[in-house]
Amino acid sequence: MAPGTGERKEPAVVAQGLKKKYKGDVVALDGLDLEVAAGMRYGLVGPNGAGKTTTVKIMTTLTRADEGLALVSGIDVKADPDRVRKAIGVVDQRSTVDLTATARENLNLQGRVYGLKGGELKSRVSELLEQFGLTKDADRLVKGYSGGMTRRLDVALGLVHRPRVLFLDEPSTGLDPEARHALWEEIERLAGGQGMTILFTTHYLEEAERYGELVSIIDNGKVVATGTPEELKSGLRGDALLVELAGAADTEGVNRALSGIEGVSDVVLEDSRLRARAEVGARAVPRVLSELESAGILVDSVTVSRPSLDDAYLLYTGRRFAEVDRAGEEAAATTAAGGRRAKKEGGEAG
Amino acid sequence: MIAAVRDSWYMAGRHLRNLMRQPVYIALTLFQPILYLVVFSQLFKRIAQIPGFTSTSYLVFLTPGIIILNALFGTAWSGMSMIEDVDRGVIDRFLQTPVKRVSLIAGRLTQMGVTLLIQSLILVGLALLMGAHFNGGVPGILLLFLSSVMLALPFAALSNGISLMSRQQETVMAAVNFIFLPLMFLSTVFMAPNLVPGWIRAISRYNPVNWAVEAGRAAVGPNPNWAIIGSRLLLLAGLSVLCILFATRAFKTYQRSV
Repeated sequence: MAPGTGERKEPAVVAQGLKKKYKGDVVALDGLDLEVAAGMRYGLVGPNGAGKTTTVKIMTTLTRADEGLALVSGIDVKADPDRVRKAIGVVDQRSTVDLTATARENLNLQGRVYGLKGGELKSRVSELLEQFGLTKDADRLVKGYSGGMTRRLDVALGLVHRPRVLFLDEPSTGLDPEARHALWEEIERLAGGQGMTILFTTHYLEEAERYGELVSIIDNGKVVATGTPEELKSGLRGDALLVELAGAADTEGVNRALSGIEGVSDVVLEDSRLRARAEVGARAVPRVLSELESAGILVDSVTVSRPSLDDAYLLYTGRRFAEVDRAGEEAAATTAAGGRRAKKEGGEAG
Repeated sequence: MIAAVRDSWYMAGRHLRNLMRQPVYIALTLFQPILYLVVFSQLFKRIAQIPGFTSTSYLVFLTPGIIILNALFGTAWSGMSMIEDVDRGVIDRFLQTPVKRVSLIAGRLTQMGVTLLIQSLILVGLALLMGAHFNGGVPGILLLFLSSVMLALPFAALSNGISLMSRQQETVMAAVNFIFLPLMFLSTVFMAPNLVPGWIRAISRYNPVNWAVEAGRAAVGPNPNWAIIGSRLLLLAGLSVLCILFATRAFKTYQRSV
């Protein structure tokens, strides 16, 4: 399933058979495999609760896998976590800045922890403040920052020591599309010149498609598919058909009506929405319409589209992304491990 | 080792800066000890006249005890700030860097030590205003301050460790009340050792609060008993090492749960 990217260098991130269970036998990872070539921008996509964040936590030494092997830049995270820590930068899914300090103080401390000092530290911090448009507010307490500014500072903190591998866990959470785009432009600009490897997680399919050179779809603690966004979508034959019905219809009737049409498959009905796959969308539409009509099913509109990553997700997991994501969110809210998670959810809602 | 000291220095810088920005925290926890000092020294003034009481002034007797109690109760807050950092993700961020774990504890202990010194100065100043006279002079008072810090170290470390493991302020508060109140009353903070019941005297021998009170009281009194001061401070130093080790280990427990 791995694409032929022809990498020569040692992979930046390797996971083999990672397994992790949380309290109460909640399975977070169930044998996850991953290989990220050096210098690549790699997206992990999946709904909430799929295991993305747990993967990042293991690779960044915050927590340990119960089983399996995890390597970053060839270093075993279990055996030599301190060496891994020097090689990586991490941006957590929520802000981790010290609100009671200024941006400059935050960056100074982070840099010192990695051994930067004196003039080198000073110039590196000024450089980052400049790059992330924070120079003007550098000496104000972060408490008064906007969400976008805080997020930019989060990314700057992860970059202080010029890491070889940057982990971005849901980097655009809580950002509006414009700010999300600006943040990614910044990340791409910074990563491009330095050959930095970026592993990011997202539960926005568009984000994975747009910014990931390679994408893995994660479901139930496992990688179910890997490839470039194009490759993942090409696993889908033909076009996606979306038929809006005038009213609710029964699955059986719809299936009977469409079963005879050649080249139409994967018919799924959700209330008054009918989705199907057609080898050639434009050719299928008239037949679909007439068959539905003769079965007495009224149609409001028909859309034909090239397959999206959303469709790819459906193909590889057998479920629609949005629903799983919502369900995952609810499950996460109820099984919240400890007070931290619950607080976080509450904070985001507020 | 050098890295641990260096990182602790950086972390201490962060916490001391916070303290400077919000000096009101120094005053916030002072209310209770000031109340104790002012009210108890008046309420129990006559205790000094009991035959066999070890001091001629109850105020002079009480002041070291109150300074030690202030140190004890202040340590609860150290754990609260740890929980705040955990909730804000600051701890996770540091745990993903090569920073030495012990520095995340030591930085907080430094801030607490500085806070305590300022608070102790205020309390001693108040006692002097109320007419107390300490025979030990300035060196004695400095040794008393040292005793209070030496008591605060193990308890603040403990409070940090419990906070990391429980991550809930309520749990830390409950633990603090469960441990601190008995430690306060099963000691010679309020009454001379030769006048407390035998069973309390027996227990107080193993009570770290009492070690600090004995050392501090001896230091400010006439003819300090150096054997007492030295041995009690040594005991507190040993306890500090154990508790700081515990708090540093608590990061492992914490990391298993994230």
